[in-house]
Amino acid sequence: MNPFADTFAWLASPANWGGSGGIAVRLLEHLQYSALVLAIAAAIAMPLGLYIGHTGRGRVAAVAVAGALRALPTLGLLVLFALLAGSGLMPPVWALVILTVPPLLAGSYAGISSVDPAVVDGARAMGMTELQILFRVELPNGLPVLAGGVRTAVLQVIATVSVVAYLPLGGLGRYLFDGLVLQDFPRMLGGSLLIAALAIAVDLILAAGQRMILSPGLSTDSRGGRRPAEDLAAAAPAGPDLQGGTP
Amino acid sequence: MAEAMIEFLSVTKQYQGGQPAVDNLSMSIDQGAITVFVGPSGCGKTTSLRMINRMVEPTSGTITVAGRDVSAEPAARLRRSMGYVMQSAGLMPHRTVLDNVATVPRLNGVPKKEARRRAAELLDVVGLASGLGRRYPSQLSGGQQQRVGVARALAADPPVLLMDEPFSAVDPVVRDELQQELLRLQRELAKTIVFVTHDIDEATVLGDKVAVFAVGGRLAQYAAPEEILRAPANDFVASFVGRDRGFRRLSFNSADSIRLHPAKTVDAAAAAGGNSEWALVLDDDSRPLGWASPRDGGGLVPGGSLFRPGDSLRRALDAALSSPSGLGVAVDGDGRLAGVLKAEEILALIEESRRLREEPA
Repeated sequence: MNPFADTFAWLASPANWGGSGGIAVRLLEHLQYSALVLAIAAAIAMPLGLYIGHTGRGRVAAVAVAGALRALPTLGLLVLFALLAGSGLMPPVWALVILTVPPLLAGSYAGISSVDPAVVDGARAMGMTELQILFRVELPNGLPVLAGGVRTAVLQVIATVSVVAYLPLGGLGRYLFDGLVLQDFPRMLGGSLLIAALAIAVDLILAAGQRMILSPGLSTDSRGGRRPAEDLAAAAPAGPDLQGGTP
Repeated sequence: MAEAMIEFLSVTKQYQGGQPAVDNLSMSIDQGAITVFVGPSGCGKTTSLRMINRMVEPTSGTITVAGRDVSAEPAARLRRSMGYVMQSAGLMPHRTVLDNVATVPRLNGVPKKEARRRAAELLDVVGLASGLGRRYPSQLSGGQQQRVGVARALAADPPVLLMDEPFSAVDPVVRDELQQELLRLQRELAKTIVFVTHDIDEATVLGDKVAVFAVGGRLAQYAAPEEILRAPANDFVASFVGRDRGFRRLSFNSADSIRLHPAKTVDAAAAAGGNSEWALVLDDDSRPLGWASPRDGGGLVPGGSLFRPGDSLRRALDAALSSPSGLGVAVDGDGRLAGVLKAEEILALIEESRRLREEPA
């Protein structure tokens, strides 16, 4: 039989969606694990990234550590943590946190340092305190770059959180590992399609959210947001009163 | 003598392992006047300016503003008490023009509505249409951004305004406009302005007093611009002031006593025909349009610069030198013909004022 038709049949069957091991429950578990990993990783990486971006201190060390962490093999780390710390939810979560910190750290650091130094200098000269500069100037202006880092991290977590099913825990990864053991190809393919669809859906939601909070003043040279050209045409000023010139 | 508003007392700024950027600077800056720091790159003029609001901390020495040591106050609060205009306007891209202008009042705790109302007034003061307030900085031209920068600096009505090469990134025509606008504003506001530039022309146009800095942050000369052009203190100042200084100094000589001669005039229709000599072409309101050439066929030749009431000898001489007929055209306040000037008479006037200065007082 055609495995793709089987996969579609598996996905479409209401029996596979309900129940304690159904898709709806696995989807929720998957989102919960992802959210937990992201929350812990963000709590570690964001303050550090903002600090490094704002002060420029510890930049070299941060880049080196983030690079090294990225090179760690996911499954190896997961098994190591499970062996060291035993079973349960938290060992694999910590393993995934370690893998999620680098993109968040790099994104927040790069976002803050992408802000034009002249803008920061101006804000400081106006009499803003360092915290005001960070949260009222650097963060909103570094948002396009910073959000890129966050979205990369979210995509990565949603994809890799599947591996916790190996330990074994829940989540959509269940279908991959179970399908492998049972030689049930439609179940495996259906599971990976669900994971991919979830990742895309979450990214679209984040993109929409980013567009909503991004200042229109920053969207001049990007695709998103209101087109400033329209504003310019609408608010076309009377020429002479801008000139105020000398003879 | 004007009262001192800002004082530098033996101020030195030394960066690690180098020559001092500013070396033992002592000077006092007059209240309600424009003081210009001018000098070549690396002379410490910007460093000196930025030490006033503690954007740079001096290595040693004291700076006082209105008698108070600037280091006695938290840096952020000190900066909010002074306006600051920088070279690249430095506006916040994510905020509208209006909110950019309202920055300092908002930091001082002024309610948003009131701060915006005040900001809208200031846009008018610096000559921007109120509709621009809703735009974002990236939607403005360089000159407009610089005006917003000035409005932002004025928003909290600070007594002191620090300006760091604010007009050097805009084209010469806009720069000239902004300079005249600043002088107009200063006549109304009478702030204590410290202005940094590397352009000696800008310094002499704007400054009530000019401080010429030599490399290493030494004060080479500190005097009225007319004196710096007339009597440079040393070779460094003389070479920095440049080779046109004799001509430039005429800006400070009044041309009120210049004689105006009646001009031979024709109307536009007659200009097309032949003329035996240069004749000034006027429109129906007797405003000069150009010159009718005495050469074959006549025709309208564009005129030179115009001399207006109250202009300096520099303008008078330029009017004569730039005119195709050799006669400078003088107009009244409404732009109507007042008469013509002769270059040799302007030169005689210059010579006379030089002789007057030489006579023992």
